[in-house]
Amino acid sequence: MTQPQSVGVVTPRTQRFTEPLPLKSGGCLDEYELVYETYGTLNADRSNAVLVCHALSGSHHVAGYYADAPERAGWWDNLVGPGKPLDTRKFFVIGVNNLGGCYGSTGPTSINPATGQPWGAAFPFVTVEDWVTSQARLADALGIKRFAAVVGGSLGGMQALSWTLQYPDRVAHAAVIAAAPRLSAENIAFNEVARQAILTDPEFHGGDYIAHGVVPERGLRLARMVGHITYLSDDAMAEKFGRSLRHGKQVFSYDAEFEIESYLRYQGKKFAGYFDANTYLLTTKALDYFDPAFEHGGNLPAALSRAQANFLVVSFSTDWRFPPERSHEIVEALLHNRRNVSYAEIDSAAGHDSFLLSDAIYHGVLSAYFDRIEVSGHD
Amino acid sequence: MTELRYDFQAIAEWIGEGETVLDLGCGDGSLLRHLQDTRGVLGYGVEADPENVRACIRNGINVLQIDLERGLAGFEDGFFDHVVMSFSLQAIHNTVGILTEMLRVGHEAVVSFPNFAYWRHRQAILNGHMPVSENLPYQWYNTPNVRFFTIADFESLCEMNGIVIRDAIGFDEGERVKEEPNFLASVGLFRLGRDH
Repeated sequence: MTQPQSVGVVTPRTQRFTEPLPLKSGGCLDEYELVYETYGTLNADRSNAVLVCHALSGSHHVAGYYADAPERAGWWDNLVGPGKPLDTRKFFVIGVNNLGGCYGSTGPTSINPATGQPWGAAFPFVTVEDWVTSQARLADALGIKRFAAVVGGSLGGMQALSWTLQYPDRVAHAAVIAAAPRLSAENIAFNEVARQAILTDPEFHGGDYIAHGVVPERGLRLARMVGHITYLSDDAMAEKFGRSLRHGKQVFSYDAEFEIESYLRYQGKKFAGYFDANTYLLTTKALDYFDPAFEHGGNLPAALSRAQANFLVVSFSTDWRFPPERSHEIVEALLHNRRNVSYAEIDSAAGHDSFLLSDAIYHGVLSAYFDRIEVSGHD
Repeated sequence: MTELRYDFQAIAEWIGEGETVLDLGCGDGSLLRHLQDTRGVLGYGVEADPENVRACIRNGINVLQIDLERGLAGFEDGFFDHVVMSFSLQAIHNTVGILTEMLRVGHEAVVSFPNFAYWRHRQAILNGHMPVSENLPYQWYNTPNVRFFTIADFESLCEMNGIVIRDAIGFDEGERVKEEPNFLASVGLFRLGRDH
């Protein structure tokens, strides 16, 4: 066994598309760009490609690091690399920034060719299905007919699931991690609080804040703070912060006194410094709208009858955003359709964020699953 | 691949080509692997232990990490042709509940368990000690088993609950027993169903 390693220095690439992309919302993008990264080598018959889909705030930068920023490893660097569960000696792994994103793919901060100005509020609603369609076009451009696997956690898991429904013959395996077949009312409620924080920020200017030369930073901070609470667990917060006071005593102030307050403020401020408010709004709506069973009268087994892939479904014991019961719904619907599915419920204290951590049992399950996937030119 | 367990052959004989099998407490998935290879079944294992879950995935079988004490609520009525539970019935509290559930989600159930009335076990009791053997490898103070019963007890339980015994085999150290299974068999293997 060699030691797991980094994929090393990576460079994002951009693919331009000029065929119009009709959107589920009724709109259309006449042309657009997707920024992506790849790790490993595409084999001769192009059978070893794995697509990694990102969640709310993720990006195409899944693994490795940039030459000018060696400290900023990709968001799933512990998963992807030589000797890691998604072993780049075997697989050709692709990360792509979703449409509507703010890391280089066409989104609200891009220039709208019709006006010469940033899209801002005019950027159309995009859905999970639209993302998957655009990802399929990227696969076409790279000459990949069928993915060995499509993998994602949280919102990324929803994309992996949607792939198996939209392109059943183009996905051999799907790993749907810490996900749900649709949001609950409570999930939507949290998203709505986050959106209202942004929408009611005086600097939002109806979404055209770039034209006004400002950023709705307060709204973004609040959105991130409320979101962040749902990513952690009560246990994890208790262990990490407890009731610790920054000054060692109560000072009767509205400044950050408790460590948890300080932490949330720090996370909010950091996020507001790099993430786009319109992207946040669009992405939370994409989460809310995702519901493959909707067109089947709410019948998930009927909705998943299209799927042909083999599935790995993973949940985490303390994830209260998408708890294990939500994964059970997916598993039961797949069973109904006699699909191959394995399900692991990982004992973890870290809540929803567990899917990003390198727990030995969790990664052991992923390694075992990915190792079984057959690709040509690899034993 | 390790040597096939002696009961796999007998279980495989009861299972038809391409049938659907649920294996409760499937361990590392060896039985399902065998049934997939020899019968082309669509198999699913249920296992609570994380190491076994990983072993099943490595073995290339479908495994669902579910705690059996929570029941089989997620499975549809009559979905499986066979529901197997080998060497686990004695470790489950809700004996009738799990048997009922097995025959709800499956057309047939296959169960195996250690026979406490095996003659060597009787001898151990006569000598004043709880039996410890290949199929009962634990001491009384560390056993995971919570139900202690014999082949005869199990037959009575089936009769009381309207469960039909379609086939039964006794094993003594891996060999089929020809007579007096409640005395000569260390393990009972039963094929169960319901009258419709």
